Amino acid sequence: MLNSDLLHDQLSALAQNHGLSRWDMGASCSTDLSVQVDRGKAHQLKGAQRSAVTVRVWNSDGRVGITSCSDLSADGLAQALSGAAEASAFGDLQDPPDLSPRSTESLEPLKREPQATRPIQEMVQTLISAEQRLLDCHPSIGTVPYNGLSQRRGERVYLNSLGARRHEERSSASLYLYARAEEAGRKPRSAGAVRLGHGTDELDVQGCIDEAAELTISHLDYAPIDTGTYTCVFSPEAFLDLMGAFSNLFNARSVLDGLSLSKRESLGESVAVPFFSLWDDARHPANLGASAFDGEGTPTARLPLIEGGVLRQFLHSEGTARQFGVASTGHAGMGAKVSVSPDWFEIGATPGAGCGDASLNRFQADGVVWIDSLSALHAGVKASQGAFSLPFDGWLVKGGERRSIEAATVAGDIRQVLKSLLAFEGEAQVTPDGLCPHVWVEGLAITGEA
Amino acid sequence: MSFLDSFWQQRLELLLSTGRAAGADLVEVFLERGDRLGVMAEQERVTSVSPAFVSGAGVRVFRGKDHGYRDGFVSTNDLSEAGLLQALDQALGMLGLERNGAAAAADFQGLPELKDYGTSKQGWLDQSPGVSVIAERLLEGTARLEQHAQHLQARRGSYSRDWQEVMVAASDGTFARDLRLHQTLGLSVLAADGEHRASVARRFGSTDHPDDLLVWDADSTARDIAASTGTMLYADYVDAGTYPVVLANKFGGVIFHEACGHLLETTQLERGTSPFAGRIGEPIAHEAVTAIDEGLSNRHFGSIAMDDEGLEPQRTTLIENGVLKAFLSDRAGEWRTGQPRTGSGRRQSYAFSAASRMRNTFIAAGPHSPAELIGSIDNGLYCKVMGGGSVGPTGQFNFSVEEGYLIENGELGKPVKGATLIGDAETVMPRISMCANDLDLAAGFCGSVSGSVYVTVGQPHVKVDSITVGGR
Repeated sequence: MLNSDLLHDQLSALAQNHGLSRWDMGASCSTDLSVQVDRGKAHQLKGAQRSAVTVRVWNSDGRVGITSCSDLSADGLAQALSGAAEASAFGDLQDPPDLSPRSTESLEPLKREPQATRPIQEMVQTLISAEQRLLDCHPSIGTVPYNGLSQRRGERVYLNSLGARRHEERSSASLYLYARAEEAGRKPRSAGAVRLGHGTDELDVQGCIDEAAELTISHLDYAPIDTGTYTCVFSPEAFLDLMGAFSNLFNARSVLDGLSLSKRESLGESVAVPFFSLWDDARHPANLGASAFDGEGTPTARLPLIEGGVLRQFLHSEGTARQFGVASTGHAGMGAKVSVSPDWFEIGATPGAGCGDASLNRFQADGVVWIDSLSALHAGVKASQGAFSLPFDGWLVKGGERRSIEAATVAGDIRQVLKSLLAFEGEAQVTPDGLCPHVWVEGLAITGEA
Repeated sequence: MSFLDSFWQQRLELLLSTGRAAGADLVEVFLERGDRLGVMAEQERVTSVSPAFVSGAGVRVFRGKDHGYRDGFVSTNDLSEAGLLQALDQALGMLGLERNGAAAAADFQGLPELKDYGTSKQGWLDQSPGVSVIAERLLEGTARLEQHAQHLQARRGSYSRDWQEVMVAASDGTFARDLRLHQTLGLSVLAADGEHRASVARRFGSTDHPDDLLVWDADSTARDIAASTGTMLYADYVDAGTYPVVLANKFGGVIFHEACGHLLETTQLERGTSPFAGRIGEPIAHEAVTAIDEGLSNRHFGSIAMDDEGLEPQRTTLIENGVLKAFLSDRAGEWRTGQPRTGSGRRQSYAFSAASRMRNTFIAAGPHSPAELIGSIDNGLYCKVMGGGSVGPTGQFNFSVEEGYLIENGELGKPVKGATLIGDAETVMPRISMCANDLDLAAGFCGSVSGSVYVTVGQPHVKVDSITVGGR
């Protein structure tokens, strides 16, 4: 257990000994268990007890130094603070971070209780059973080569010399099943599904099996696709992946560094069709990674980033907020140069603006590419250029019938995509990365092997 | 100063003996202490200096053939005797075993003399450059970028140092220690001119030579980036289609790494996801292809004095004239697949159990000149700089092309961007029909089941007769 008061007292004393009056600290510890199985037997069982601490100090010149350490003992804290004090000699005077003035604001705790963990042998049995049930779904499914059931329980603190004492606990569990199927004379095909929960008991195991089986079977009958320009419909997961890869659109740090597609003056500009709105909501009940405060202790909140197709707001740390003359939004990491990142996107229709073309229905479409999942975003996305060229799994829908696409890429420009949205279809669905409906986009370049 | 010294022998023997007495067929402990440093410069100033210290242990317990070759692995940051015993207890419990009081294993005779690969490397950490020197070199790099390149919107230089002291002890008598030093230094730019944008980066990687940073040529790196930026800023998007391609040497080797190399690791055999399982002695590639993985070459990023299971590395011929010769194997891979260990058991840190991973992996040089390869193509694509890639569970791969040129009538044509190469290993390997005589290697990182490890990829210029090129 992390003792906030003890850590605060220890670090205060250490800082005083170094003649440092301004400091902050983030620390975390967690225990993890994970299992993998292979054809009815436990394959690899893993556990971990992790701890980490990061200390920042401001020296008498106002320069910031930082050091991280995996040792949460008094010796580890001393090493981290001493290292930070040394590193502060090289701190940046032009654009130094400061303590967040919002770090001492009252905090509304998240409504969640960490859940009890399950014994590892019980996890193994759960996963073996899930594997077998997935294998039983179709004779072509021969193995489930990628599978795992894991659970984590952890806590984190943020403390600073202004008196901030943030603390939160969380638990999480995940299940993934990735099946491999093969029919005589045809290439092997694979697909999978993931389920997340606050604890193992919350996991929808049968839903994960059903989805993995349905997807895998749907890809057995495949055909190459002709290269060309297509109207596409993205699954919620795929569209959220795409937006996440281009989150520099909203990132004030990237804007200041000249690495964003947006500029300071972009706020208020139309960047998407009017029915498109996007919020970032770290505190959403469905966000399993929800956190009440960021790496600088600033409270998190639900923020509108695009409303009615108009760029409304950037994500901020203390430092970027200061430069923009606004309040920090609770999206900071902790560093000598503080990073900014989104939490959990919520994409949906602008109130009163409709959902686009209400007649579009992917189950009755013709000549439409249905993109279920995108791959290799680390390689195929040029975030600072707006361009992407990505392999995907999906189907070509003809006359309402869908057929798996053998191998293909989808390419485009995110700015063009946001201006080419045709419709949201159906209800928004909860995914690990956010909330989003199916999204129709016209005019994307598809490369196939036909 | 050594942290992992002989003090540890008694504590490790206690763990190994206790684990064996509890019924484990093999117990392995991996200890690590790390000292890391990251420095970043932007434009004309240093914006981030980030030191980090880590220490931890990974305890792995195996049960053998009679118990289905199972293993349990637990990592911890608590290196006290109580903390390590707790980790051992948890690992034993995963396999249904329980510590048997203070009983010692009758057949565990203690550890042999330490095999110390780190003795001559003791001073490496102190000899590696300090922050002032690093900052000076990075700022020299960003200044050279400003000098040579145009339309720059952002300039960055970054450095990272990863110093690692490791000790491996196992109940089969493995007892070894090593010191490792990896440094990387990179420059990157974003250029913009109206709607035209280009981002270009180059990274230099060094292993085991503390002063390598001093020999890094900031000016030539900046000139190289400037030339690429100038070319790619106004490049058109490539037309999608199926083309013959020539892949440049050095980082072009990522195609072999992703498309084939991963499928030759025993971790893939264990999962049943390699199309090459059971095919040793059979042709799996064009006869022009000979491919090697080794961990021995001086200065190369993937070289190791011992792997993370305490075994010395080898030079492993994977493919010879198109015929599959060997797989890369670690301890668990040998147990589960019968493929002999190749000194390829690698892990990012104590937090991962070792797995069979590539080291320095390359396609061997062939007889042709690069010009002969390009000259053999009427309408194709020259991939001068490759980006990242990945391989899926059925062997399908993808790579992005950072800098490409059309090949028209045997000559290089206009630059193109936005290309992605896709295919699968079984189809593409027989299509690598020509290899040039200019083998060269490049440093990189490989992420897989045991985390991110240092590797080199490499090849001479190679020609692929036909591959799908994603574009617009």
